[in-house]
Amino acid sequence: MTQPPSPTQHRPASDRPFFAALGVLGGTYILLLLATLGADTFYTSPGHLWRALQSPEIRHAVRLSLLTCTLSTLLSLWVAVPIGYLMTHLQFRGKALLDALLDIPIVLPPLVIGISLLILFQAPPLRALERVFPITYAVPSIILAQFMVACAFAVRTMRATFEQLSPRPEQVALTLGCNRSEAFWRVVLPSARRGILTAATLAWARALGEFGPILVFSGATRMKTEVLPTTVFLELSVGNLEAAVAVSLLMVAAAVTVLVLIRSYGLNQPFNRSL
Amino acid sequence: MIELDHITLQVGAFRLTDVSCRIPRGSHTALMGRTGTGKTTLLEAVCGLRTVVSGHIRIDGRDVTLEPPGARGVGLVPQDGALFAHLTVRQHLAFALDVRRWPADRIAARVDELASWLRLTPLLDRLPLGLSGGEAQRVALGRALSFHPQVLCLDEPLSALDDETRAEICDVLSDIRQRTGVTLLHITHNRREAARLADYALQLRDGRIEPTSVPQT
Repeated sequence: MTQPPSPTQHRPASDRPFFAALGVLGGTYILLLLATLGADTFYTSPGHLWRALQSPEIRHAVRLSLLTCTLSTLLSLWVAVPIGYLMTHLQFRGKALLDALLDIPIVLPPLVIGISLLILFQAPPLRALERVFPITYAVPSIILAQFMVACAFAVRTMRATFEQLSPRPEQVALTLGCNRSEAFWRVVLPSARRGILTAATLAWARALGEFGPILVFSGATRMKTEVLPTTVFLELSVGNLEAAVAVSLLMVAAAVTVLVLIRSYGLNQPFNRSL
Repeated sequence: MIELDHITLQVGAFRLTDVSCRIPRGSHTALMGRTGTGKTTLLEAVCGLRTVVSGHIRIDGRDVTLEPPGARGVGLVPQDGALFAHLTVRQHLAFALDVRRWPADRIAARVDELASWLRLTPLLDRLPLGLSGGEAQRVALGRALSFHPQVLCLDEPLSALDDETRAEICDVLSDIRQRTGVTLLHITHNRREAARLADYALQLRDGRIEPTSVPQT
């Protein structure tokens, strides 16, 4: 009969190589990210940034970007919360197909979304609408183009949020006298607050960076449909690389500020920590 | 009295068929059985959270089979309490009364009454985060009792508590029964708990429900 080994004979190998390997793999990406940001920062100067901020066209683009991103984010949430809730709670025939449909804006090249919107608004009923309320090549087209893509990300986030919430509090609310609507507003929605903030953040950041569909559907007219990615494109196309980089840095700063503000606000809410 | 009259329940591939039993009014009935036998499914059916395939559920003679959960007069206390993370203890106790549009002074009086009875008064303005297990279960009990239900369904409310807190909540449950006369249907795996609290016991086994003797301490 073989002797059982002494418990002290086996000593597991160190965990350091494992964490080092993970750190190297993950660190490569972070390094690349920081290197690109560093390259942008060192390419430009405070003077370039100041001149960019003094330009009326760029100031208009900043204002229009902030306005359209905020509106498209609100629209995205308005749609994503009900879709996320319904897709989590309802079982129906064709659900897998609908699920795939909702992901189309994520997988399609953004340019194709712009072309599709342009063709859609050539349809007679929408052309009639445009005579009263201009959309194509006007500010509403920017919001619509941003919304088409940003909403898909918000829907995905809201669905994951509702799927992760325990159904028990909602069920308890139903036994306490709520109907589905009351349980949703009083219990489910406040519990999904952190997910809503994440969806809003993602949608806003995605809308800020949207370029392809806006170029096709809204055009690139200065002081009219020019948003920050359009500015980068326009400055680049006339060879003004310094201004393009300065505007890119402005976008990075705006995106980081909003992401940090929203996330820190969301994470600081005491009840969120228990979710 | 809770009357289950030949009810059939289906959840995915799991099925409980032709379950019948009567739970006397004002009793404390322990619902026992191994994990996966359908105890929680049955409790959810009584609460109205599961649709019954066939059969009838009656509470004090009233057929509630097709009634929504909020109209049945059944309070529910789940295993983890399922407190609402964004509401204070006071708002929990007032929740069902606010839904029923009670006037503010009546709500305040009822909240004070429940808080003093369940020793929650110092905690009224606290959020659930940071409450101990026993405190959370007392809040869940107060919330479920606030609207004077005829039936209180308890889904293993003591299973996650330490021995001392478990004894404390057992005292609260005995007190609830004495004071309110509510019918308690209590899922438990713990024979000592059943022996201490229950005067009837039901056993779910192989898709059937059978009366069984209350475990002795």
